[in-house]
Amino acid sequence: MTAFKSLSGAMFKGFFRDRLSLFFTFLFPLMFLVIFGLLFRDAGADKQKIAVVGDGPIVTAMESSGIFEIQKFTDSSAAVATVKAGDLPAALIVHGSRLDLRFAASDQQAAAVVNGIMNGFVDKANVMATGQQPAFELSSEKVEDSSLKPIQFLTPGILSWGVSISAVFGAALTLVSWRKKQVLRRIRLAPVSPTTVLSSRLLVSIGVALLQGVVFVLVASTPLFGLQLHGQWWLAIPLLMLGTLAFFSVGMLVGAFAKSEEAASGAANLVIMPMAFLSGTFFPVENAPGWVQTVSKLLPLRHMNDGMLDVLVRGKGMEALAVPASVLIGFTLVVGFVAARVFRWED
Amino acid sequence: MTAVEVDDIRKSYGELKAVDGVSFTVAEGEFFGILGPNGAGKTTTLEIVEGLRRPDSGSVRLLGEQPWPRNQRLLPRIGVQLQASSFFEKLTAKEQLQTFGSLYGVSAGKAAEYLELVGLTDKANEQENKLSGGQRQRLSIACALVHDPDIVFLDEPTAALDPQARRNLWDVLREIQKRGKTIVYTTHYLDEAEILCDRVAIMDHGRILAMDAPAVLVRGLDAPTHVTLQKGTLSLEDASVLPGVDESHENEVSLSISTRQPAKVLATLAERGALDGLQVRTATLEDVFLQLTGREYRA
Ligand SMILES: Nc1ncnc2c1ncn2[C@@H]1O[C@H](COP(=O)(O)OP(=O)(O)OP(=O)(O)O)[C@@H](O)[C@H]1O
Ligand SMILES: [Mg+2]
Repeated sequence: MTAFKSLSGAMFKGFFRDRLSLFFTFLFPLMFLVIFGLLFRDAGADKQKIAVVGDGPIVTAMESSGIFEIQKFTDSSAAVATVKAGDLPAALIVHGSRLDLRFAASDQQAAAVVNGIMNGFVDKANVMATGQQPAFELSSEKVEDSSLKPIQFLTPGILSWGVSISAVFGAALTLVSWRKKQVLRRIRLAPVSPTTVLSSRLLVSIGVALLQGVVFVLVASTPLFGLQLHGQWWLAIPLLMLGTLAFFSVGMLVGAFAKSEEAASGAANLVIMPMAFLSGTFFPVENAPGWVQTVSKLLPLRHMNDGMLDVLVRGKGMEALAVPASVLIGFTLVVGFVAARVFRWED
Repeated sequence: MTAVEVDDIRKSYGELKAVDGVSFTVAEGEFFGILGPNGAGKTTTLEIVEGLRRPDSGSVRLLGEQPWPRNQRLLPRIGVQLQASSFFEKLTAKEQLQTFGSLYGVSAGKAAEYLELVGLTDKANEQENKLSGGQRQRLSIACALVHDPDIVFLDEPTAALDPQARRNLWDVLREIQKRGKTIVYTTHYLDEAEILCDRVAIMDHGRILAMDAPAVLVRGLDAPTHVTLQKGTLSLEDASVLPGVDESHENEVSLSISTRQPAKVLATLAERGALDGLQVRTATLEDVFLQLTGREYRA
């Protein structure tokens, strides 16, 4: 027990004194979080742009709906000119109760959307003007939480990816460097089991993963990005641990084969980068071809991603962990077994 | 009591016989040296004895126990410094000692004591990669000692040290022996082994060529003693007829005499008052090596 404690302590110190590993563990994934977070910040809140000349109850209703980004003109020819120039998709010219909608045929999709929405407004205003109760009423809401902004998708994905980086690299580089520097041989001559030594390193990785979780979530929760955690977010903790186990075993496998630290980081990158893309860390894979989806489902990062998304922002409970947890545990057992078989004390 | 008992161990790498039938014993409390040039098989021998490598054949007993396969009872009783120093990354000298100590259940407080022993107290909070070569060697030795083992194996602890650092290390090694430890160490430096070791084994090409106390090996050589005088102290003719002189020759600066009766020659020289620039060089282990292998010793 004392060996385990002081070994873990020593490895924590070693980890936090290594600037490069700190960078790749915290700053590097955070950079992606910040860049993508800023890039897609307003993507979910796209408003329909339109030029408006004149005033009236319809315009007031449009303004209060929050659907439009209205640009007011006093002169109808100037408004039409901006539409012609392609700066705005449509212009609405109000003459009392007559509404002229002028749109650019060049952007048919936008024009159709504006047409549709405007029709809706006018119909509704007509019904109200007759003073009757509307025969049908449509109320709509998104199926996800109404606050589902891109940061809500990004944070779980980048957190899982960050954990995979730190766990794979941590295990692989430690193993290679210890073998190269003969620390493994030296440990072999001490009355302590290799399991004790390995699990103390694993403890460091788990601690680091939890810390990554805290840091990433804190950064994403700043007003700039506005992440909102939901439901039983703390279910992410066991998921972080299981993910660390799975990726640590991948690192052990990489470390068993690599002869040098350079080879180990190369191989680790070769594993992580494609896995990150295929698991939907940066871009959703829902629209990708079928075979990509199939491959994606085989990857532990994909399942960790799904689980994180469910418990952190979709507000799902324990039941959402069932599949990710079993996949990660199974993966750990299989890869860990292989890694133990190919483990070498020395070159 | 014998601490180490090695019986006819062999180890081949393909065609190469790295260790080719080595046997020796080391008594408890003895300082035993394994000498030889690069590739002689010193490290391989030592690592087989430590239980790091499995011999192709032959047997090893340490304190009556077999070191291979990994023997948990034996491990706390032996301390090992590997040829390449092995440290944990980014830890200070003191933390290295504490961490290695913890593998043996040694309390963290011991670290300071061993830092002091190897003279690294003022480097306690320095990270391992910022230490000089000699300081790393000393730290590495301290790491081998921190759990107070009975037998200490050191693979070239004095390699790549400057003369001053080597001498400091000799003091450390003597101190360890004084504490009653058995020391088995390898070195390239025959002169050093002659000073430190109770007994040495001279190895070459995987075999032990000779093994005994250094003084006995040298005496057994029947090698001449070389007496050197300043040129002009004595003429070459006079020198060659002195009683006991085997051979004499002269160069621009000095006159050299070789003799197997140094006492007699020195007495005569003293009588004649011809002692200007006197230097006496007796045979060393290098001469033993030369005689055993027929070639000059080159570490
Ligand atoms: N793992 C190995 N695989 C193949 N050959 C090896 C291996 N280890 C040692 N050898 C060979 O065995 C021979 C003895 O090596 P060893 O390391 O024991 O020599 P040494 O006396 O310790 O030399 P040095 O003074 O350079 O440390 C050398 O020729 C070396 O090349
Ligand atoms: Mg060697």
